[in-house]
Amino acid sequence: MLSPRTPPAVTAGSELPPLAVPITSPRPDEDAELVDGLKCRDEAAFVTLLERYQGQLLRLALVYCRTKDIAEEIVQDTWLAVIQGIDRFEGRATFKTWLFQILVNRARTRAVKEGRSLSFSSITDEAEMPGEPAVPPERFRAADDPWPNHWALPPHSWGESSDARLLAAETMDLVNRAIAQLPPAQQQVITLRDIEGWTSEVVCNVLEISETNQRVLLHRARSRVRAALEAHFDER
Amino acid sequence: MKGDLMTTPDLGDLTCKEVVELVTDYLEGALPVEMRQRFDQHLTGCDPCIVYLDQMRQTIATLGRLPEESVPQNVLDTLLEHFRRWPRERG
Repeated sequence: MLSPRTPPAVTAGSELPPLAVPITSPRPDEDAELVDGLKCRDEAAFVTLLERYQGQLLRLALVYCRTKDIAEEIVQDTWLAVIQGIDRFEGRATFKTWLFQILVNRARTRAVKEGRSLSFSSITDEAEMPGEPAVPPERFRAADDPWPNHWALPPHSWGESSDARLLAAETMDLVNRAIAQLPPAQQQVITLRDIEGWTSEVVCNVLEISETNQRVLLHRARSRVRAALEAHFDER
Repeated sequence: MKGDLMTTPDLGDLTCKEVVELVTDYLEGALPVEMRQRFDQHLTGCDPCIVYLDQMRQTIATLGRLPEESVPQNVLDTLLEHFRRWPRERG
């Protein structure tokens, strides 16, 4: 028996595919009032949304195209699409999900044009490829040891003052560099989950990946950033 | 029951090498109940894995505190120009 087809959940431009995980229940949208303002052409509402999301949009766009000029163009195009599409935005997904889907679609189109193809399936492909272990195998005891696969070179606590050290500008630079060296799909997931603080559900919707693949990518990315921090703290 | 673990803390049946690969699933609340219990059991006897878990938490906290970029004035101006030209009634 065929179940009725769910219509596409987003309406900002016909190129958008339906959400990977359909949002079935209505949820509070933190931007609802601003969206209403935007529909009434309230400039203050538009500026508030710009300030709220510009930095996040730019950071994600940079994952796709690397140069700041192109990323800024993509973000600008995204806002123009918002202006043009807001009257058709029905609030089936939150404004934030809708906004970032527009960005991701534009960034992907642009990346393909420039030969930096990040197709819809490549994120899943990256997650399903075997990855590096979180910790190099030589840091664990050998299989014939009385404690096989337990720590041989255990991590050292970052100590009481770690919070201040973690927040130092130098550390922030190091974290940014570690992220820039990650494969693209890992960069996208860690950017949205840990830098922007999105829920896994929203990330899966925007990037169109399964929860499992999202966790695999997040795990690899976090493990690499932790390793970079560890190397940094251990050398001091 | 492994004989050589009798006089030492009971780490359960997970190895540290396995624990470091389960950390994200653990923090995400994605481990099945039984696996979570084995993970917790390991942690009760393994200080290095507690340190490791703590470092992952600190890593995540640090990522959440990377500074946000503000909107450059020229970008704001361009977008506002478009916004002001946007017709009140469509079609």
